Amino acid sequence: MNTILLSVLVLGVLGAVFGCVLAVASRVFHVEVDPREAAVREALAGANCGGCGYPGCDGYAKAVAAGEAPCNKCVAGGAATAAKVAEIMGVSAGETERQVAFVPCSGCTDVAEARFNYTGPEDCRAAMLFGGKSNKLCTFACIGLGNCVKACQFDAMHIVNGIAQSDRTKCVGCGACVDACPKSIVQLIPESQKIMVGCRNQDKGAQVMKICKVGCIGCMKCQRECPSDAIHVENFVAKIDPSKCVQCGHCTEVCPRHIIHTLKP
Amino acid sequence: MLTQIIAISLGAILTNNFIFSQFLGCCPFLGCSSKVDTATGMGLAVVFVMGLASAICWVIYTYVLVPLGLTFLNTLAFILVIAALVQFVEMFLKKSVPSLYSALGIYLPLITTNCAVLGVVLLNVQNHYNFLESVVYGVTGGLGFMLAIVLFASVRERIAFADYPESFEGFPICLVSAGLLALAFMGFSGMKIV
Repeated sequence: MNTILLSVLVLGVLGAVFGCVLAVASRVFHVEVDPREAAVREALAGANCGGCGYPGCDGYAKAVAAGEAPCNKCVAGGAATAAKVAEIMGVSAGETERQVAFVPCSGCTDVAEARFNYTGPEDCRAAMLFGGKSNKLCTFACIGLGNCVKACQFDAMHIVNGIAQSDRTKCVGCGACVDACPKSIVQLIPESQKIMVGCRNQDKGAQVMKICKVGCIGCMKCQRECPSDAIHVENFVAKIDPSKCVQCGHCTEVCPRHIIHTLKP
Repeated sequence: MLTQIIAISLGAILTNNFIFSQFLGCCPFLGCSSKVDTATGMGLAVVFVMGLASAICWVIYTYVLVPLGLTFLNTLAFILVIAALVQFVEMFLKKSVPSLYSALGIYLPLITTNCAVLGVVLLNVQNHYNFLESVVYGVTGGLGFMLAIVLFASVRERIAFADYPESFEGFPICLVSAGLLALAFMGFSGMKIV
């Protein structure tokens, strides 16, 4: 009985002593950390997507608190987060236009001719190992095996009918899909840009006609009709300059191939 | 006295290496050995904590547990001491030696659960070491751990570029090479300073 009491007592006293020492030590050895760092970290989206260019949200919060990074780099959080971070840091946020992913290819399985019947691993890189760098006759086309879908943390990329499509409501513009696409098809565009050319094929018109029912043939009709000089055909494919485009949608009507789309939403 | 100290050091570093012949601390040995840099950090932290823990646990054992006849409590008491000690050291380093703190980084708190640290203090008791011998055994045991983990990290860095069967990818090849390293260390067994 005595031994039990003594054991409990000794361990209790030891524990209490260590507890007191640690409590005192935490006061004595207290290190000031910038409270803004924790506050900034709290305000961020917390997706650790790396879209800001720093290693995770912690790295970015540290850089912001140290004054090394601007407040509006958190793409996942967008303008609301930028405003919050700016309030914590006591500076103005600066304008942030939300960027969203866009896949300039409309060659779904029923319009783009297949090069071969691919049954290998579900990976765009694997499909590129066979001849022609694509499973479709068009070498510029989206392979549609979903490397971007796997890279997306926000469920914003989906394969629809053999090509990748981004869900603009879910996309945060972190750019993970842009890096994941082995053909460098996916691009980030400003959210306000609603009119885009759904093709990037640089072959001559006659060649495009053979391999894809919808691809841009570079007929220059949109370029001639554009009221704001925003569309230009380069390398046999039309390209829209978002800084000049007034979103009138006239080109979508005149295009004989109906390859210029109005993006939703 | 000096021969005794040298014997303890050689034993702790080579013949009775904590990892290769006593199989203590295998978890950080496998977990923190993918790069030589991190392995060195972990090794340094272990040396540091093992030395300190040996000293403090010897004091607690000799002046608290033995007089009260509570030596059977040693495992429990030592765990308490080690956990508190690591916390204390972490706070102390953060304030006083920030450079060392950032160098040891995450490894310091990880050591709380390293069985090699508990092993060394229990072996001190088992071997009836005095204070100096305990501290020497702690520090050299830590050095042995560091030697093992740095060696193994260097091996792993080379393995990464080696041509081995694909099915051995990852942990299997690590365990095989760890086994070979342990075999090599068996060459030291039997060495004795008389």
